Amino acid sequence: MKLLKHIRFLPGSGILKGMLVTARNLIGSYYDPRRLRTVRYPEERLPLPENSRSVPFLVYDGDDAETGLRCVACHICETECPARAIHIVNACDKRGKVLKRPHRFEIDISACMGCQICSEVCPFDAIMMDNAYNHAAFERFDSLTLTRERLAKPNAYFHRIKPTEAAEIDSRLAADRSRMEERRRKKEAANATHNESAR
Amino acid sequence: MRLVEPEGFGANGVGGGDGDERLLELSMGPQHPSTHGVFRMNVVLDGETVVRLQPVFGYLHRNHEKIAESQSYLASIPYTDRLDYFCSLSNNWAYVRAVETLAGIPVPERAEYIRVILAELTRLQNHTVFLGFLLGDMGGWGTALMYAFRQREEILDLFEALTGSRMMCNYMRFGGCRCELPSGWMEQARAVVAGYPAFLDEMEQLLVENEILVARTQGVGVVSAEKAVNAGLTGPILRAAGVDYDIRKVDRYGIYDRFSYRVPLGEHGDTYDRMMIRLLEMRESLKILQQAMADLPEGPILHSDVQVRNLCPPEGEAYCRVEAPKGELGFYLISDNTARPYRYRIRPPSLINLTLLEEMSLGMKIADVMVILGSIDIVLGEVDR
Repeated sequence: MKLLKHIRFLPGSGILKGMLVTARNLIGSYYDPRRLRTVRYPEERLPLPENSRSVPFLVYDGDDAETGLRCVACHICETECPARAIHIVNACDKRGKVLKRPHRFEIDISACMGCQICSEVCPFDAIMMDNAYNHAAFERFDSLTLTRERLAKPNAYFHRIKPTEAAEIDSRLAADRSRMEERRRKKEAANATHNESAR
Repeated sequence: MRLVEPEGFGANGVGGGDGDERLLELSMGPQHPSTHGVFRMNVVLDGETVVRLQPVFGYLHRNHEKIAESQSYLASIPYTDRLDYFCSLSNNWAYVRAVETLAGIPVPERAEYIRVILAELTRLQNHTVFLGFLLGDMGGWGTALMYAFRQREEILDLFEALTGSRMMCNYMRFGGCRCELPSGWMEQARAVVAGYPAFLDEMEQLLVENEILVARTQGVGVVSAEKAVNAGLTGPILRAAGVDYDIRKVDRYGIYDRFSYRVPLGEHGDTYDRMMIRLLEMRESLKILQQAMADLPEGPILHSDVQVRNLCPPEGEAYCRVEAPKGELGFYLISDNTARPYRYRIRPPSLINLTLLEEMSLGMKIADVMVILGSIDIVLGEVDR
């Protein structure tokens, strides 16, 4: 620092001081990780934070991606999506009755901006944010439209990428289920006593 | 590029008309690397001196205001990220505050503190990048920019850990913030704030006395205080002209009245002052951050009875502004008691600060125009909307 004070009045001293900074950075980059924060990307990748998000995916419980899907095709995410990137068609049974599950569920990831509003408004915790970021494709339409088959991912995958959030949601869902069970049992008991007294 | 006959030249024999006196009209941009995005200006040059400058923008116009009028209040939050994409959290805050005023939604104290912390972190990283780009505009491409980007990356890591995205944060909600701080975030943030002064010292040593930088910036692009006020400039560029006007101090919005910090002022209104104002503002932001992080209370982060979907504020209008890193960012909303705003209007600081570009550039050399433009600190996402 003393040296700096001496060179202050020399012409060109400002540049010299700047050069000291660049020299410190040049040498520092060999041993100080704060001065060299980059990695050699495709071979080496930095871990993503748990909250990191890219595009949505659909969670299914159990092993079957068809029946285990949490989505009930309520269309809330479709209406709330700011980019209108979600397209849902309900499944129908043989007589044409609309069922509470999606026949088609498509997300156009060329329009999706990854804002996570869909997963925020979903009342069933069915749609979650993925963190996979390699979505480049050589073709514009079909490869960038994620269909239900490509969107459905097991709950185990969700646990792997976002353990904290997944555990939170699982415990909430379990609590909901046990509450429903309780209510159902009470109702049955009430019905039973009602029937008994009626008899 | 074309040659134009200046008025009063040639025809009446003043210039002789042999071609040497003719002016050169040059179209700079929209792909010029120094125009900070897709900004174009038609510059009329006499030799190297600027005699006329006409900005042309709109290349990034995406109809944001009209889109916002056709969708729910919630769905506009991610769009505000994309206005000034360096400062998505300040934009979120301005919009969310406008809706909160309109609908009368209270904000929990913890959320207010977190908003201040995030807004000041945003200011830090915006000014850091500004310094890097300003050097790039002067021909020092690379070195300072990379130092700035390296430092900014620490703040972006914080943003990603909290909001899930480095730049498109989409974090604030009506009545608070979207999610609680992840474990360890505060310690990481404290470490970033503690490490920042060292970076600022280094940046100052690199820039402040550099003779080339001083020669390129002092006395370049001068704006007088009177003209700055008349043109409606806000933010660091106004304060560099010596006008004491910081909305954090004037409006005392949020909880800014609880912190002690100063507002740095320039005196010459030139590019050098504008650069120094940003350096000093970062030091003040660090002060606010330290106070806010020390006082951060426990409690809920989101007001519990806010309707997330189909929010219908009562009939009325609201204008809310915040001191964004680039100046006064305001949102004006009119509600007709439906789920969509009747009118949605943004007052962008970048666009209004840009209006004095010609005034600042007249009589300067063409190379100075890039430095002046850089010192205004525009982002085209906000200029064009």
